[in-house]
Amino acid sequence: MSATKFSLILIVIGAALLLIAHEINVDYLFFASYTILQFVVLATAWNILGGYCGYVNFGSAAFFALGAYSSVFMYKFFPVPIPVLMLIGAVVSGIVGFGMGYLTLRLRGSFFAIATLALAVVLQTLIVNWDYVGGSRGAYIIHDENIEIGSFSVHYIEYLFALMLALALVALFTARTIERSQLGFGFATIRDDELAAEASGVPTLRLKLIATTLSGAFMGMAGAPFPYYIGYLQPSSAFALDYAVNSIAMPMIGGTTSWIGPLVGAVLLGSAQQYATVTISSAVNLLIVGLMLVAFVIIAPNGLVGLVQERLRARRKT
Amino acid sequence: MDISADLVINAIAAGLLLGGFYAAVTAGVSISFGMLDIVNIAHPAFIILGSYIAYIASVTFGVDPIIMSVLAMPLFYLLGVAVYQVYYVSFERRGQESLRGLAFFFGLLFVTEVTLILVFGVDYRYVEAIYIGPSIHIGLLDLPLRMLVPCLVSLAMFGTLELFVTRTFLGRAIKAVSQDQLALQLMAADPIRIKRIAFGISIATASVAGALLIVIQPVEPSVGREYIGRVFAICVLGGLGSMPGTLIAAFLLGVVESITATFYGPSWAPAVAFGFLLLTLAFRPSGILGR
Amino acid sequence: MTALLHVDNISKRFGGFVALDGISLEVRPGERLGLIGPNGSGKSTLVNCICGTLQNESGSVQFDGKPLDGLAAHQRTHRGLARSFQLPRPFHSMSLADNLRIPLLYTVHARMGPLRSAGDLDSRCAELLQMVGLAKKAKQLPRDLTQVEMRKLELARAMAAEPKLLIADESMAGLSHSEIEDILALLKQLNERGITIILIEHIMSAVMSFSQRLAVLVSGKKIADGKPEDVVRNPEVVRAYLGQ
Repeated sequence: MSATKFSLILIVIGAALLLIAHEINVDYLFFASYTILQFVVLATAWNILGGYCGYVNFGSAAFFALGAYSSVFMYKFFPVPIPVLMLIGAVVSGIVGFGMGYLTLRLRGSFFAIATLALAVVLQTLIVNWDYVGGSRGAYIIHDENIEIGSFSVHYIEYLFALMLALALVALFTARTIERSQLGFGFATIRDDELAAEASGVPTLRLKLIATTLSGAFMGMAGAPFPYYIGYLQPSSAFALDYAVNSIAMPMIGGTTSWIGPLVGAVLLGSAQQYATVTISSAVNLLIVGLMLVAFVIIAPNGLVGLVQERLRARRKT
Repeated sequence: MDISADLVINAIAAGLLLGGFYAAVTAGVSISFGMLDIVNIAHPAFIILGSYIAYIASVTFGVDPIIMSVLAMPLFYLLGVAVYQVYYVSFERRGQESLRGLAFFFGLLFVTEVTLILVFGVDYRYVEAIYIGPSIHIGLLDLPLRMLVPCLVSLAMFGTLELFVTRTFLGRAIKAVSQDQLALQLMAADPIRIKRIAFGISIATASVAGALLIVIQPVEPSVGREYIGRVFAICVLGGLGSMPGTLIAAFLLGVVESITATFYGPSWAPAVAFGFLLLTLAFRPSGILGR
Repeated sequence: MTALLHVDNISKRFGGFVALDGISLEVRPGERLGLIGPNGSGKSTLVNCICGTLQNESGSVQFDGKPLDGLAAHQRTHRGLARSFQLPRPFHSMSLADNLRIPLLYTVHARMGPLRSAGDLDSRCAELLQMVGLAKKAKQLPRDLTQVEMRKLELARAMAAEPKLLIADESMAGLSHSEIEDILALLKQLNERGITIILIEHIMSAVMSFSQRLAVLVSGKKIADGKPEDVVRNPEVVRAYLGQ
């Protein structure tokens, strides 16, 4: 299927989802869906570096929080509309992703992973100590209950939902395009055997930097509307561990070799967690995510998508 | 800022004591990451587990936490052996250790932390022992026993490990397996068995490190996360696989953290270790005494 | 005639172990050089340092008149250096044809610009696989191959980069007599087209029939370098390697 056809399908699906949600018009639906869509973006972004290139990023929370705190900064300094904030978040997180990649991607994958852990803590410490954006006391973001878009007046949360939906579709489209391009092909060689890739002429450092920058940028974009979503932002919520775990668990459970995997993982795990947080405690909920991650990593290394692919391949052979 | 000699000397002394303790925390990772090339980021979780076991023993039976931890070492050893077996069968044998192995340990870290939260809650736990409270005064120095005793125990454990690695056949086999698996096989030693034993030992050290931790400070489940960066920073800074280097790096980090906390406030302390780590990775990944 | 490859006194250590101890070597354009030596003598380390997979601590490497020092491996491949790995390292998630497509896309294209359409790429991959006798398995994954077939894939992948200098690192281990003849004929064919070849092998008959010149590495040092018939009579060579 060509890229144009795929993007048209995405636009149609997106428009349909928007209309249906608008008709149902229940605020809780918007809140819950926003969270799931946010995870779709985070999981897809993580997978560009993790699944395609094989470089694990433990610091997804850092890039997400950078996007969130760029928004807080702009809110205090010079308020701009959220789509602009998303672009700013993309640039800030993209640059940090590039910088960190430049410093550490020349080393082994395991060193890079540890460096991403370090980055998250350093950034959190910096932000906790930066009073302009609220520091450890937190920052309030105040907005109107409704927002005017042209002649429409919608609930703010519906507006945020629409933005995150658009971002999720863009992320999925980007991931699929990369996967089918020469760039994605190059990424796969890095994952399979980086030394052999270099020997075959693949500029591995350059490709890894592209992946890190893109991945960071999308995570930053996902974080940018977050302060407006929750209204009161503390470092502990922006840097929450469940962002790091979910960004890894969702692609690994869904399947890391294709763009569908993170989508499946995010929708399934995200919905399950939304349900679980209401019925059981959030700690048990996270425990289940962790156990599933360990189980899937051991038993089904290619995730749900991998299991389906294997079933299809077996059927084709008989 | 009024910088008195008293303050500086005590900050450095506290840092050295802290660094000695950090050596115990890092000893296990020195083996698993430095020699076996396994990125066990769940190591701090095992340490916290050790802290809670020491806590239970202390509160329920009145057993001294450090003694308890030494008694618990065989248990932790077996746990380490079991974890390595799963790791080996699932990942190392298939050659997929990078992505999936990391995710596996991350999952373990997470599961352990959340399980501890569910069982014990998020309140800080602490132990009581005769050496928690009093201090020794030597001139300007003010050495709290609750830091001095862990430091000494830690150095003892560290020294024992170093002797083990350099003097015993098993220890030297572990050092060898990190450098040349083939040569080891030719010597009719089974590299997988050696690695399993080594990983078991690395987790056994976590038992002691955990007890030392809860002597030094109150513990709650998420404390482990602060140590991930410290442990790997020290390991990398000291040079992978070099135990003397790890010790020097541990002292260095302890002193810098202590001075930062004293003069700039404790909220900056976590950034020190991780900042160190990032700088080391960026500019000198082979560390001070690395191979 | 100036050398195509000029290795000047390179050394490489791993911790306390000296893998290469001041190796100097020259390869002339169009030459067929054989490189032999016991296991662990440093042959693969030498290849790794020449190709940039490892960095040598001292000494320098010059290729085609220009220094290679500091260049990443992929840049050296772009300049015309290609190698097969002693232990095959295929891209395990891709078909054989796709394995060959990588050097075509990333090296050949990088050099000459995208001249080839998708159809051309496919036929070039098929052609290369045919040359090593793997055409029938074009769509299969490397895990379905035997060790011997994987070595052939390694060689094909190095060839796909259209190098000026090809280093074949133990490509023939485990092959039958006729398969060895096939690979030798293939390498000679490439050589006749102007590709300089360094053959690293333990199979002496192949080395002797192929090489115009022979170099011997023992414990990180080059102990002989000259005409094959002279080198094999060198008493030091006999003692260190052949007499085993």
